[in-house]
Amino acid sequence: MSVPVEYYMVLSGLVFVIGLVGVLVRKNLIIILLSIELMLNATNINFVAFSSHFGNLAGQVFVFFALTVAAAEVAVGLAIIIALYRHHASINVDDFRLLKW
Amino acid sequence: MATFVFLYFAAVIVTAASLVVLLRNPIYSALSLLVMFFHVAGLYVTLHAEFLAAIQIIVYAGAILVLYLFVVMLLNVKREERYNQQGTVAVFLGVVLLTEAVLLAVSRGFAVATPDPGPEGAAKAVGNTESIGEVLYSTYLFPFEIASLILLVAMIGAVILSKKGIMG
Repeated sequence: MSVPVEYYMVLSGLVFVIGLVGVLVRKNLIIILLSIELMLNATNINFVAFSSHFGNLAGQVFVFFALTVAAAEVAVGLAIIIALYRHHASINVDDFRLLKW
Repeated sequence: MATFVFLYFAAVIVTAASLVVLLRNPIYSALSLLVMFFHVAGLYVTLHAEFLAAIQIIVYAGAILVLYLFVVMLLNVKREERYNQQGTVAVFLGVVLLTEAVLLAVSRGFAVATPDPGPEGAAKAVGNTESIGEVLYSTYLFPFEIASLILLVAMIGAVILSKKGIMG
């Protein structure tokens, strides 16, 4: 007997919404990136649950690709944060309102 | 038994995810994200995705989170002030989205298509890592190469962005 796939969908939706709220509500850029990681993990849970449910390995391969994109996103995002901090001495999103140098 | 294990993992995942958003100190947020990553890996093991569980721990907990902690320590961020104040907009959007989700769930019925029995037996017989490798290097060979290109671009971008003098 196994867990119904609907449970995994609910769990994934909950984690995704928590990540979305984090992106919208927090002001610290690092926490915003962490919340994006939460959302990526929520989609990964869904992928793996459906991969197991349908007996198809494509879902797990896509988790692999999502992980690659997450790693790239973290590298570039943290580099941007460091550059911003060097420029403004702050990583509060309220301090970045100008869309120019 | 399987449901109990799932409920344990789900409870810890949701709690740790909430703590990531709620805690004020970025270091504590990152550490509770670590707890969440480990429990997601446990969930993968119960779903017979052992390779992804290992990758989850090695890449997410081992590499990505260390990078986060490194940057948090490097920047020496003070404790954070307040949350954003967007109460009315948040309530409006939340009510609209929740209504939509409930309507969809009620009208369509909350059910998923049943799987067609097929390649699962073959995948189980060989082992998770081997079968993923075969799929990855045959069907998904081109996306795999694209993924390597993405990593290359991200590496170059990170080096250029964090170099001194690029942003004044």
